[in-house]
Amino acid sequence: MTAAAHVARLGGRGIAFVNELGRLAAFAAQVAAALATPPPRVRRCLDEIHDVGVLSLSVIGVSGLAVGMVLGLQGYNTLVRFGAEESLGTVVGLSLIRELGPVLSALLVTGRAASAAAAEIASMVVTEQLDGLRMMSIDPVHYVIAPKVLAFVISMPLLSSLFTVLGLAGGYLVGVLFLGVDGGGYVSSVQGSIDVYEDVVPSLVKSLIFGLLVAMIAAFRGFHAEPHSAGVAAATTSTVVVASVTTLIVDYFLTALMGV
Amino acid sequence: MVEPRARDLWVGLFLLIGCGAIAFLSVSVGGSTYRGPRGLELFVTFDQVGGLKPRAPVVIGGVKVGQVKSIGLDEELRARVGIDVDGNLRLSTDTSASILTAGVLGDQYIELTPGGEEATLGPGDEIEFKQDAFVLERLIGRLVQSLGNEDGKGKEEEE
Repeated sequence: MTAAAHVARLGGRGIAFVNELGRLAAFAAQVAAALATPPPRVRRCLDEIHDVGVLSLSVIGVSGLAVGMVLGLQGYNTLVRFGAEESLGTVVGLSLIRELGPVLSALLVTGRAASAAAAEIASMVVTEQLDGLRMMSIDPVHYVIAPKVLAFVISMPLLSSLFTVLGLAGGYLVGVLFLGVDGGGYVSSVQGSIDVYEDVVPSLVKSLIFGLLVAMIAAFRGFHAEPHSAGVAAATTSTVVVASVTTLIVDYFLTALMGV
Repeated sequence: MVEPRARDLWVGLFLLIGCGAIAFLSVSVGGSTYRGPRGLELFVTFDQVGGLKPRAPVVIGGVKVGQVKSIGLDEELRARVGIDVDGNLRLSTDTSASILTAGVLGDQYIELTPGGEEATLGPGDEIEFKQDAFVLERLIGRLVQSLGNEDGKGKEEEE
């Protein structure tokens, strides 16, 4: 192949990427319109919250505790060299609430729930269930997609907060009970360093945005899956990859924007 | 499959626990650090507050009695610190305030040392006796400077 052909191929990929972004935006507008259209699908949404939120609880809980314990151990080993182990609460608390809580819970939910959502929607495409809904003049975006997206947006901040709280407990467990840091010092340095408006609110905003992004990517990939079994696999894989990478990249910009 | 009823219960529990976690983070962790009685607002004017931050504790003999509320500059460009302490305290007018550091690199806090006067401080009063923050860099700077001077003297004497 000539050099010109390579350039042309690159250009073609670029155009395909921008096309994809445009289709995603159009899809997002469709979902937003569906959410605003009555009747609200409350029961469907509650079922989806069960799949996204309740079934992720154990994963989020165990991971949060483990991450908090590792932070406690690592933080202690570093801080004790400077005789500053009293600041352990600050290290654990700030890392959890500003970055690790929202980001890690988004990644875990991507693996636990978004992949399942994409596979479910994609197999509905393959087995023509969505076409069946259309036959009964039920909009599949309104009935299937919108409640799923809403469930992710609602569940993500809750899961992220739980992750953070359990992480703080994990840090306390290792720092105070195993390594002998003063308990009051740990608690007061957590309380002293975390502020509602500077830390807690940006953390919730972050996880709301991550929830929306992850849900949109999963729904979009599933909805536009190729109608065969390899298409289901491709939709699931690309959901996990794209959602994880997007979460990490968007996290940088959110952190820079909100200054936390 | 979970029964629909049981599923609703779980969803409800999940929403409750999640909101509880948010509330815990916002109120208990993110809220103000001092939750004892307050109500007596006093002011101290320092030349140097060092690394003192709002919400830093105010103690008497190591017991927490309040927290730093505001740090700003007055008209003479000196640091004016507002503190909020327990309204039931009867602090004499010659109470002194000093900015101390917990540990070598620790956080800074204000310690009040009550005096012996009969009259007590009221809301909005100014604490007149105070001791500025101890700034490690300045001390090191002064030490290096004085060592440098001694070296210079030594050389001159040799010559």
